[in-house]
Amino acid sequence: MSLTINLRRFVPTIASIFFMLVYTSLYSQDADSTGVDSGLNAELISAGETLFKNNCLVCHEIHEQKVGPALADIHNRRPVDWIKAFILNSQKVIQSGDEYAVNLYNEYNQTLMTSFDFSDDELNAVIEYIKSETIKGPPVQEVTVAAGAEGEVARESAFSAKVITIFLVVLLIVLVLILVVLFILVSVLTQYLKQKVELSDEDQEIVFQKFDFGQYVRSPAFIWVMTFVFTAIVAKTVIDGLYNVGIQEGYAPTQPIAFSHKVHAGDFQIDCNYCHTGVRTSKNANIPSVNICLNCHSSIVKVTGATELSTEIQKIYDAKANNTPIEWVRVHNLPDLAYFNHAQHYEVGGIECQTCHGPIEEMEVVRQHSNLTMGWCIDCHRTQALNTKDNAYYDKLVEFHDKNSKKPMIVEDIGGLECAKCHY
Amino acid sequence: MKENKKQYWKGVEQLTNHPEFVKYASKEFPQELPYDKGILNENEGGSSRRDFLKLMGFSVAAASLAACEAPVRKAIPYLNKPEEINPGIPNYYASTYTNGGNYCSIVVKTREGRPIKIEPNKLSNVSGKGTSAQVEASVLSLYDKARLSAPLINNSQVDWSELDAQVKTKLESIASGGGQIRIVGKTILSPSTKAVIQEFANRYPGTELVMYDPVSSYGIVKANEDSFGKAVIPTYHFAKAKTVVSFGADFMGTWINPNKFSRDFIKNRKLDGGKKEMSRLYQFESNLSLTGANADYRTPLKPSAEGLAVASLYNLLAGKAGQSEINVEKTEVAYLSKAADDLWESKGNSLVVSGSNDPNVQIIINAINGLLQNIGSTIDLKTPVYFRQGNDEKMEQFVSDLSSGKIQGVIFLNSNPVYDHYLGADIQKALADVNLKVSICERKDETASEVDYVAPDHHYLESWNDANPVEGEYSLCQPTISPLFNTRQAQETLLAWAGKPGVEFYEYVKDYWKDNIFTTQRKQLDFQTFFDRSLHDGVYSVEARAITMEFIVFGGDLNAAASNIASAYKAKSNGVELVLYETVALGDGSQANNPWLQETPDPITKACWDNYLTISQAMANELGVEVIEGNTYQANLTAGGKTVSLPLIVQPGQARETVGLAVGYGRTKAGRVANNLGINAFPFISEINGLSSLNVISGVAVTLTGAMTKVAHTQTHHTFMNREFVVQEAALDTYKNHPEHVFHRPKIAVSDFLEEKLGGEDEKKDGKLQPREISLWKGHDYNNHHWTMAVDLNSCIGCSSCSVACMAENNVPVVGKQEVLNRREMTWIRIDRYYSSEKSATTNAEMEVAAENPEVTFQPMMCQHCNNAPCETVCPVAATTHSTEGLNQMTYNRCIGTRYCANNCPYKVRRFNWFKYHDNKQFADNSSMNNDLGKMVLNPDVTVRSRGVMEKCTFCVQRIQYGKLEAKKKGRRVIDGEVTTACANACPTDAIVFGDIRDPESRVAKLLKVKDKGDRQEIHEHRAYNVLEEINVKPNVWYLAKIRNKEENA
Repeated sequence: MSLTINLRRFVPTIASIFFMLVYTSLYSQDADSTGVDSGLNAELISAGETLFKNNCLVCHEIHEQKVGPALADIHNRRPVDWIKAFILNSQKVIQSGDEYAVNLYNEYNQTLMTSFDFSDDELNAVIEYIKSETIKGPPVQEVTVAAGAEGEVARESAFSAKVITIFLVVLLIVLVLILVVLFILVSVLTQYLKQKVELSDEDQEIVFQKFDFGQYVRSPAFIWVMTFVFTAIVAKTVIDGLYNVGIQEGYAPTQPIAFSHKVHAGDFQIDCNYCHTGVRTSKNANIPSVNICLNCHSSIVKVTGATELSTEIQKIYDAKANNTPIEWVRVHNLPDLAYFNHAQHYEVGGIECQTCHGPIEEMEVVRQHSNLTMGWCIDCHRTQALNTKDNAYYDKLVEFHDKNSKKPMIVEDIGGLECAKCHY
Repeated sequence: MKENKKQYWKGVEQLTNHPEFVKYASKEFPQELPYDKGILNENEGGSSRRDFLKLMGFSVAAASLAACEAPVRKAIPYLNKPEEINPGIPNYYASTYTNGGNYCSIVVKTREGRPIKIEPNKLSNVSGKGTSAQVEASVLSLYDKARLSAPLINNSQVDWSELDAQVKTKLESIASGGGQIRIVGKTILSPSTKAVIQEFANRYPGTELVMYDPVSSYGIVKANEDSFGKAVIPTYHFAKAKTVVSFGADFMGTWINPNKFSRDFIKNRKLDGGKKEMSRLYQFESNLSLTGANADYRTPLKPSAEGLAVASLYNLLAGKAGQSEINVEKTEVAYLSKAADDLWESKGNSLVVSGSNDPNVQIIINAINGLLQNIGSTIDLKTPVYFRQGNDEKMEQFVSDLSSGKIQGVIFLNSNPVYDHYLGADIQKALADVNLKVSICERKDETASEVDYVAPDHHYLESWNDANPVEGEYSLCQPTISPLFNTRQAQETLLAWAGKPGVEFYEYVKDYWKDNIFTTQRKQLDFQTFFDRSLHDGVYSVEARAITMEFIVFGGDLNAAASNIASAYKAKSNGVELVLYETVALGDGSQANNPWLQETPDPITKACWDNYLTISQAMANELGVEVIEGNTYQANLTAGGKTVSLPLIVQPGQARETVGLAVGYGRTKAGRVANNLGINAFPFISEINGLSSLNVISGVAVTLTGAMTKVAHTQTHHTFMNREFVVQEAALDTYKNHPEHVFHRPKIAVSDFLEEKLGGEDEKKDGKLQPREISLWKGHDYNNHHWTMAVDLNSCIGCSSCSVACMAENNVPVVGKQEVLNRREMTWIRIDRYYSSEKSATTNAEMEVAAENPEVTFQPMMCQHCNNAPCETVCPVAATTHSTEGLNQMTYNRCIGTRYCANNCPYKVRRFNWFKYHDNKQFADNSSMNNDLGKMVLNPDVTVRSRGVMEKCTFCVQRIQYGKLEAKKKGRRVIDGEVTTACANACPTDAIVFGDIRDPESRVAKLLKVKDKGDRQEIHEHRAYNVLEEINVKPNVWYLAKIRNKEENA
């Protein structure tokens, strides 16, 4: 008899655990969604990604056509040897009369692809990376940013997250089954007992009692568990919220002049350095002064296709005439306690502007592409290979590094995670 | 191994082991810490825990609300960007610091068009290769709110045109009436300015230029006129002198051209590369000066006996030279005959100087140098220096003319004689009846307040100027910022009044150089090229200058001088004598409104924010005075008929029956920082043989008022608790014979097992190991750089320029007198001053002996960047960590202020931000962080720390990062010298050397004789040691032990 009683007492508890599991697995799914499970070599992919970002990204995207063709599925379209030969010296492949290559050459306005002096390992890495990206499929437009930034970390823990999820799902199913079996057991046993005659009053009371849902809801165990779940959800939300305080990702303020990077950097291909003069030399990239605008706009007074003088361009002339500088709104704000230097990253590190600033050449209004948190900085410093080529500063360090490790030397290896690299 | 038996002590409290001192010594802060009073006294009654919780709850809510809304920040580029200015990249301009006769060739660092730091100009032959505290701090004076912002007529602001019109009318009426006009200035080093004054004088006949120096060296000029027929101050070549004897000349601190003198002097004291020879310095003086503190033999001397001591030295040398002695009273002065022996031995390579302004004393000094054949060798009369052009006689004549109404017009040219001349009171009184009174100055100071017309001048960093500090040496001063206020350059003002309005002084200087200086060279054919070159370098030396020196025979009237000395000086005198002095930080007080200088402690007394009377221990015993923890007695000082009330400080080394007092304090109209700090000591300047003298040898009395007061000291805080081997030193002979065994290497007793297991091969088995052999830590690998600092205690003279340079470079806040009393000063580099004596003292009588004439050692102390840092292991939030380049990093944004690190730091170099020192009205004296003007001086690459975080020396990590980046951009390694700390760069004697010891070519690696073993760098220099080596924290700062050129048992 007592078995039944106990079982019934346990029902709310089991139900609560069920809720919890659902909740937990929901969150663990989050972590999993960016993980990749394609049987590819993660290490090779990450090396390939670095190479790809530093070298190929200027002209190629995986899933869309840029200067060159989209590279998704290239390993299925062409044999690996052909791909390697083309990367090493595309001109040679074209001159050899390869039909595919010649067509490609003509299709893309007879633009030659730059030759890359990659080793075989590096070539494999790049191809492996393209494979992995192909499997992933094109990213959803809106989510690109977040996934891109978090992907690095998520991938490392992808395996363990996967195992945990499978485990949880299995556990969930088992528990649900147990629950069902228990219910069946309870009802069968109750039916059996009801038909029995020699039950004491006490037992009869139990057997014939109605299932009271309210009683379960009011039970202390249920209340405690629900309180816990509720608190956990609130705490999680609050903490997540706090982590986002001060993050201005996507910040795109209205500027005093409706300046379009899409027109200047995108359509007209003006080099970033032309206006942002400090990028190579200074910590500040520098917002161009009016005299730089006027280098071109003293003769360009109309927007393409318009017949009238542009009101936006007029603002430059006004600034000059009134001797008042243009008060741009700062988009990328780092706290005072963090030191960032453009020259270190662009000139020395060889990082493209777009790596942090996103597809700036497509932006009508500049928006903050990355979240600019310390975690974001650190993530990159943990994976970014150093641009040590032709820089005697690094020669000894590279030599030393290569003696002890086969991986490429990353920023972290020379103290790129140390506090006083950015905080002083 | 020789054990060092000397007693080292930081102040008299420690030597006596006074119970009060012992009570506080182990504590970081004084017991009666005024948590609820003092700086926050409006919260009288304190706050309860409940209030705290309420406040905390509110601030958490407020902070999170405030954080949600990010403010809109503007980025405003130039309208037309100047080609050479790039935001984020500093520009450097060579220029010249002049303040009266004080001179330094400098390089000004500007960021976004704002001067933020003064660096030394290493091309200069005149000012050494370093800066001084005053030069470093002058950049903050530029952003002083007390500077005048517009011309004034009778205290109301007017236009320049109106001022010009009124002044010109008056000048013309005076000139047409044949009236007398005086331009009163301190020493003017600029030849172009003198040309301007000449034009002015041509326009208004009756104009005369009167120059004075607050602390005069006119006696030397007079003596040289008498002795050699040349009314000049010669060039002194300390670098050539093997024996230097100085009678009260503080040539390393304040005398004439201290930066160059100390650099030259220290050149002969360096023992780099195994050198075993040093020069020797004898100092005879009353107050313990910076020079006295660095002397090998120092004798305390009453000023009334100074002349006789000099004469005795002459007689001693005359005896050796076979010349007749002069007839003066005999006097016994310790070490004098020894000095004579040494001088005679290094004849021709010795130097005797005196700080006295008595021409008779200086004539004897000349005679001594003549006997020693130093004229033409260490004393170069052919190359006079122009740092002190003040003429006491002319100035006195001016004051008497002014008083008698002979002068109708007076223009004070960047001078403030009402405050800093001993006849200031007379001038103030006489000014009332003068027709035209004008002051060309930068602030409404004591003199400017007494005149009708005030024509504000640019700060030197806003001006064009030139200087001719030494014969044949010129330098240019260029503006590094547009004028901040409606001011006008003094020279342009004078030119406007002289009938040349609108003439730019820049053009004027250029023309002057074209006519006068361009012609002295043949290298450049085109003037513009020559001028641009000179402007770029900041300095220009006349090519044709003869290097040969002429030997001039002493031709002075020795007997007249001797008889004057005999009458003015006494070998034995009773009664107290007063000796005035300039401090290293404040000098003549013209920059007194500079909080960096006020907070810089005096190198000797270690007191700041005040002046005080220094008395000997003997006098303290007589008066019954004990100075404990800055608590001291207020006393009345009477001298020359004037009485003032001021605090007493017991100063070891002070000559018996003398008291010392610093000038430069007691400003009343300098600005909010300086006003009413201390008392003005200039009026005490007396006369001796017709010239001004800093010594008052009669009519001096000191009595206690009975009141107690406090003087803010920075030392005896953070004491080392008698731990030995903080300071290591040896006598030269000992070092010569056994350089490897002189210095103590502490050893740790271990078990036989450990010794067997860990002991090195060459160790003898004595149950002891070197600390570095037993460590729990694995140590760090430095594959890239290993930044290391070497501090040569032999070279450090204690001048404090490093300390001020650090404040400027690293945005170190000024905390004010009360907070220094609370032991909360923030300086990242302090200079510890240790006295040492053979015996310890427990009673006042013993104290008298120990403190009579102690030896002094200066030890710059900053974060030691330990490889086994005790602070790093105790931080609960890892806010202080070790870098792969050997730096101990401090991350402000991570620090939560537990202060465990400071508690665990054996060197007591960590500083806690007890308050928010920026944007806080209660710290308005911290002017570099509390008003928009002052904030312009802040280094934008260094975070301004907020309340509740720890800070400390970073090895100027921002400079390291900058230097590395520049090297990377050029694709090469960092070249030694590119990366250096602010302190090392400012040091006039190169006592601090900073660099990468993984670079075998670096100066620091060579100095420390580094052997690079790949995974570790071994130091092989015998003199190199770590402070507190026994605790094995393995600092990256190495000290080179001090060597005194002293005989072992002298």
